[in-house]
Amino acid sequence: MTIRSAAPAIVARSLSRRFGSFTAVDRISFEVQAGEVFGFLGANGAGKTTAIRMLTGLLSPSDGEASVAGFDVRTQIEQVRRHIGYMSQRFSLYDDLTVRENIRLYGGIYGLTDAEIAERTTAILAELRFAPSVAALVRSLPLGWKQKLALSVALLHRPAVVFLDEPTGGVDPITRRQFWELIYQAAARGTTVFVTTHYLDEAEYCDRLSIMVDGRVAALGTPSALKAEFSVPTLDEVFVRLARGPATGAVL
Amino acid sequence: MTTRFSSVGALRAFMRKEVRHLLRDRQTLLILLLLPIAQLLLFGFAVRTDVSQVRIAVVAPSPGAATAALRTRFEHSGRFRLLPPLLHPDSLDALFRSGQADVGVVLEPGLSSRLAAGVPTAVLIVADAADPNTGTTMKNYASAVVRDWVASLGAAPGAVQLATRLRMRFNPTLESVNLFVPGLIALILTMVTSLMTAISLSREKERGTFEVLLVSPLHPWQIIIGKVLPYLALAMANVATVLLAAWLVFDVPFRGSLALLLASSMLFSLVGLALGVLIASVTTSQLAAMLAALGGTMLPNTMLSGLIFPISSMPRPLQLVTNIVPARWFIEIVRGIMLKGVGLTILWPQVLVLTVMLLVLLTLAIRKTSVRLA
Repeated sequence: MTIRSAAPAIVARSLSRRFGSFTAVDRISFEVQAGEVFGFLGANGAGKTTAIRMLTGLLSPSDGEASVAGFDVRTQIEQVRRHIGYMSQRFSLYDDLTVRENIRLYGGIYGLTDAEIAERTTAILAELRFAPSVAALVRSLPLGWKQKLALSVALLHRPAVVFLDEPTGGVDPITRRQFWELIYQAAARGTTVFVTTHYLDEAEYCDRLSIMVDGRVAALGTPSALKAEFSVPTLDEVFVRLARGPATGAVL
Repeated sequence: MTTRFSSVGALRAFMRKEVRHLLRDRQTLLILLLLPIAQLLLFGFAVRTDVSQVRIAVVAPSPGAATAALRTRFEHSGRFRLLPPLLHPDSLDALFRSGQADVGVVLEPGLSSRLAAGVPTAVLIVADAADPNTGTTMKNYASAVVRDWVASLGAAPGAVQLATRLRMRFNPTLESVNLFVPGLIALILTMVTSLMTAISLSREKERGTFEVLLVSPLHPWQIIIGKVLPYLALAMANVATVLLAAWLVFDVPFRGSLALLLASSMLFSLVGLALGVLIASVTTSQLAAMLAALGGTMLPNTMLSGLIFPISSMPRPLQLVTNIVPARWFIEIVRGIMLKGVGLTILWPQVLVLTVMLLVLLTLAIRKTSVRLA
């Protein structure tokens, strides 16, 4: 694994995306350091998904530039794809395949050797407390386990950066806690975690946060710095103030 | 870390998954494997073409030596099975209606005395034309036997007037099983290729796994090939079953090159697969993809291909439309190979049309898949 500790893992500079006359993402700029857990927050429709799509190469930027794991998302998208993991907000494993078959599939897609796949499969099964002989179809697993498995699979090839798009939607608090333990482990191994969430208690777990409002990054900093900046006790209130945006001034 | 990334390995992993999907869904797989045989048997038996064992009824109001001679001739022809003699023409109708007779020969009362007196007499041959081709064939055979018999009577020319009639019954297809097998192959290939790929690919889109594949190092063409190859294998297995069953059960002739037939089946399958991928890429749900595949491929390939309705009897605008229906060209190829035994020297235009269709559809499909989920 080559984590460039000197260079930031993700860089966005004036990154923009327009759909016709609508600007979904408006000149956002930020840097995420290697090994950081970076929370990417924003109300629905604030432009989070569009931004992630540009960073993962699902959408080309209208303007500006971005690099992920040291590779340009415009010109080196193949390289970017090999160095990132991705977990979409929709469940991303095949439920008619077994746990092992899913791991094997993604291991194969990301070019792991059979030995690596076997070794990491054993590790994942132990980590998630599956019986080593598990032959269950993913369909039969409880949602929480599915999500943890999906995360493990997204991390299977030890990507430099992993993008998690609302990974804990619909998951109970205990499983969410376990899920975040997995995230911390990945970060400890050097993987940069880029995570979107709607749970503001989860946002507290992040090293740094950015909050998007109307296509722009309205706030950026550590959870405590943001609370201090807005002089409010919780991130919840930071979020609500920002999300109301300029309208607050107009109304008051 | 992924410097040793191998696109072949990734493709293999992806295809292994596709095969697992196929094998794991036992019900669907079983249907896909057995349906062709069921369809063949259904259509094959629904359409009678066998002109041996033609059941013939002779109506002779006044039996005599001459009618006995006619019965003997039918008996010895090898193609006919004589039903018990009838005395009245009305009883023939009942036999036809109940499907017990295929052909009836109606003689006039007092045949022998008329012939002896030199009075002209009429013979009527009626054939059941549930299938017009078979009906005509049966009628012609019966006429030939009757003509021989008339000649053997030594009657004066014109003494016996032969009249023939086809008795039409409901028959929507106007097809015989020989003509039908090529169409059936086209139909089954369309189902396995266009319909199944469209469903399988749109399922991935609907479930969100497609997004993960697009973010992965897999190229769009790898995703397409991985999707398509397992279904291609299934399609070729279906071709083999249909051909084997057609040969074993229905004695359908196979006059041309098997290799050419398999190659063109593969070409047609690829066209269908590309169409399936294209449909999946422009639809947003499994249901929409399925309906689009049914309407966009199954329907034209059935109705506008010459499979059921002869193209020559369609209105002019529809005839023009048939040019863009892949099955039209494929059925021409298969009929040419199987029934006429012709090869590429004759069939190259059809092969060329399918090849061009494949290239256009494939380009569109890859482009549509490459255009990320904007």
